[in-house]
Amino acid sequence: MMTPSDGPLLVVDDLHTVFHTPRGEVRAVDGVSFQVAAGETLGLVGESGSGKSVLGRTVMGLIATGPATTVSGQVLLDGRDVHALKPGQRRQLWGPEIGMVFQDPMTSLNPVKRVGTHLTETLRRHLHCSRKEATERAVDLLNQVGIPEPVRRLTQYPHELSGGMRQRVVIATALACDPRLLIADEPTTALDVTVQKQILDLLASLVSERTMAMILISHDLGAVAGRTDRVQVMYAGRTVEAGPTRTVFDSPDHPYTDALLASIPQLSDQPHTVLRTIEGNPPDMTRPPRGCRFGPRCGRADDTCTDLMPALVAVPDGPARQVACHHPLLSIESLEPNAPLTEAGHGR
Amino acid sequence: MAGSGTAHLRPGQPRALAVDDLVVEFPVRRGTVHAVSGLNLDLLPGETLGILGESGCGKSSAGRAIMQLPPPTGGSVRLGEVELTGMKAQPMRKARSRMQLVLQDPVSALNPRRKVKDLVVEGLEIWGWGDRDRATFVDSLLSSVGLDPEAVRDRRPHELSGGQCQRVCIARSIALEPDVLICDEPVSSLDVSVQAQILNLLEKARERLGLSMVFIAHDVAVVKNISDRVMVMYLGKTCEVLPSADLENAALHPYTRLLLASVPSEADADREAEPTTAVEMPSPLDPPSGCRFRTRCVLATDRCAAEEPLLREMNPGQFVACHHV
Repeated sequence: MMTPSDGPLLVVDDLHTVFHTPRGEVRAVDGVSFQVAAGETLGLVGESGSGKSVLGRTVMGLIATGPATTVSGQVLLDGRDVHALKPGQRRQLWGPEIGMVFQDPMTSLNPVKRVGTHLTETLRRHLHCSRKEATERAVDLLNQVGIPEPVRRLTQYPHELSGGMRQRVVIATALACDPRLLIADEPTTALDVTVQKQILDLLASLVSERTMAMILISHDLGAVAGRTDRVQVMYAGRTVEAGPTRTVFDSPDHPYTDALLASIPQLSDQPHTVLRTIEGNPPDMTRPPRGCRFGPRCGRADDTCTDLMPALVAVPDGPARQVACHHPLLSIESLEPNAPLTEAGHGR
Repeated sequence: MAGSGTAHLRPGQPRALAVDDLVVEFPVRRGTVHAVSGLNLDLLPGETLGILGESGCGKSSAGRAIMQLPPPTGGSVRLGEVELTGMKAQPMRKARSRMQLVLQDPVSALNPRRKVKDLVVEGLEIWGWGDRDRATFVDSLLSSVGLDPEAVRDRRPHELSGGQCQRVCIARSIALEPDVLICDEPVSSLDVSVQAQILNLLEKARERLGLSMVFIAHDVAVVKNISDRVMVMYLGKTCEVLPSADLENAALHPYTRLLLASVPSEADADREAEPTTAVEMPSPLDPPSGCRFRTRCVLATDRCAAEEPLLREMNPGQFVACHHV
């Protein structure tokens, strides 16, 4: 087994999550790879149906091979394959190793249990604390996530708290056992703008304080832009582009990333600026296109794109930049703009 | 209850919609929820007014009260020259057909059992077809909102995507060629690429039909994009009214500035994140005295608790309700 210093904390290699539905196979995650090191934040962005949430849950082991689901590929957390573990062993990971924050804080909390119970339950089960010790630590955790009057809050029920406060409780629960990896799936989507900023600030400071690794899953490109070190853009179950957040957002290489960024209204634009849109709809995931999945909606697509699935390859457009496109929008002239980057995609 | 003032109104000009001292209160067991407390606004023909605020600020209650769904607790709503409040039910329905509402969740806004071709013309079924030909009208209406009539005409809402459903809702609301369109968070449940399509569509419809629009939303950039004038609300009161072009750089009210500072951006990466203690919006059951924002305001003094600020013109077209700007 590796020690933490040997390499990245989390290695995801060629991960596939396939749901077998009556309408056919849905390849929700179709060959995604990435790594996250301790203290690093990775953003997973994409629109609904891009597979980002399924990816997050598969990484965590919440979605695993079962009667209607097939997971293949590897998820190595500190050298251990999450999907090779028995369900009981996997459950041991949730809390001490991987913490998770979901979108809707109301449904993440049990409505008939007090706030304190959510925290002490986790502490007692995983860290085998005594009742008294667990309560003390729970107060401490609520303090850390910025909840005023923590002692009083422990005896309150989730419905007595505001949405932002509930999300802070969820974060406190996720952090109770000091996980090394935090997966935050749309943690601020249900919250107001001013609260959203508070929660994102809180997550960022906790990550740097504890040198935790974090995966921030979001459809909000603005939220990801300022809070992540690297970003991975998903479309129809595949990674279309990956790289350091700032360079990806400043000069996107993939036409989809470019179009997505252009479709967001900017505060600096004049009122009534016509927004760029992406024509068409995302593909039906039971029958995805044979070649590039974005091909049918892409202005740069040609026959190569229809026939050949582009592989995610390194591009010389900056350090650690990767793109899966036959005709990327490279800002460096050295590459022939129309030459396909690879001879054969690794698509099926 | 006193409102935030009327300095921002333009009484000399023809107005598509005028709202005076609108009050919306809901009686609950523990008292009264003060959702909207004395809202004044006017809308010039062809103008888009954006109402910006967070949940609980009363922006949706205001939109619904303007539609008389349900009628407000107090105040007046004039659509063109017609006073809607206090009207009898039947004439009010007729008068109100000049004003239409587009809601946040397009899927639940549509009857799941009806087909698109019937949904979009429900208003005409009620108010009469005039000399329109049904089939051609449905097709041209669907095309005008960017839907392929052939593909969607015989579908039901569950067979369409969220963006397509919102297009159907917009088609439905413009079928009667209204004067005023009230959009309550019409794009907040949609993906960004679809959001851009719907915003462009609303803009096009407004130009083509000469609509006046009230656009209610919480997203600062979206409101700026579609509006001519922006009104910022907090806990049922107006904080600031300003031309949307000035929103980013010239906003003065501390709450508007807080909203602007909260918009996530790439610049967040350049500063150290400071964990802050959670701040709660006060309960609308018992709003703070004086300025309602004072409990969260960095500029607040004793005067803010004692005296309610009224909207004052700070720059041409910009009105701010704050003692300290």
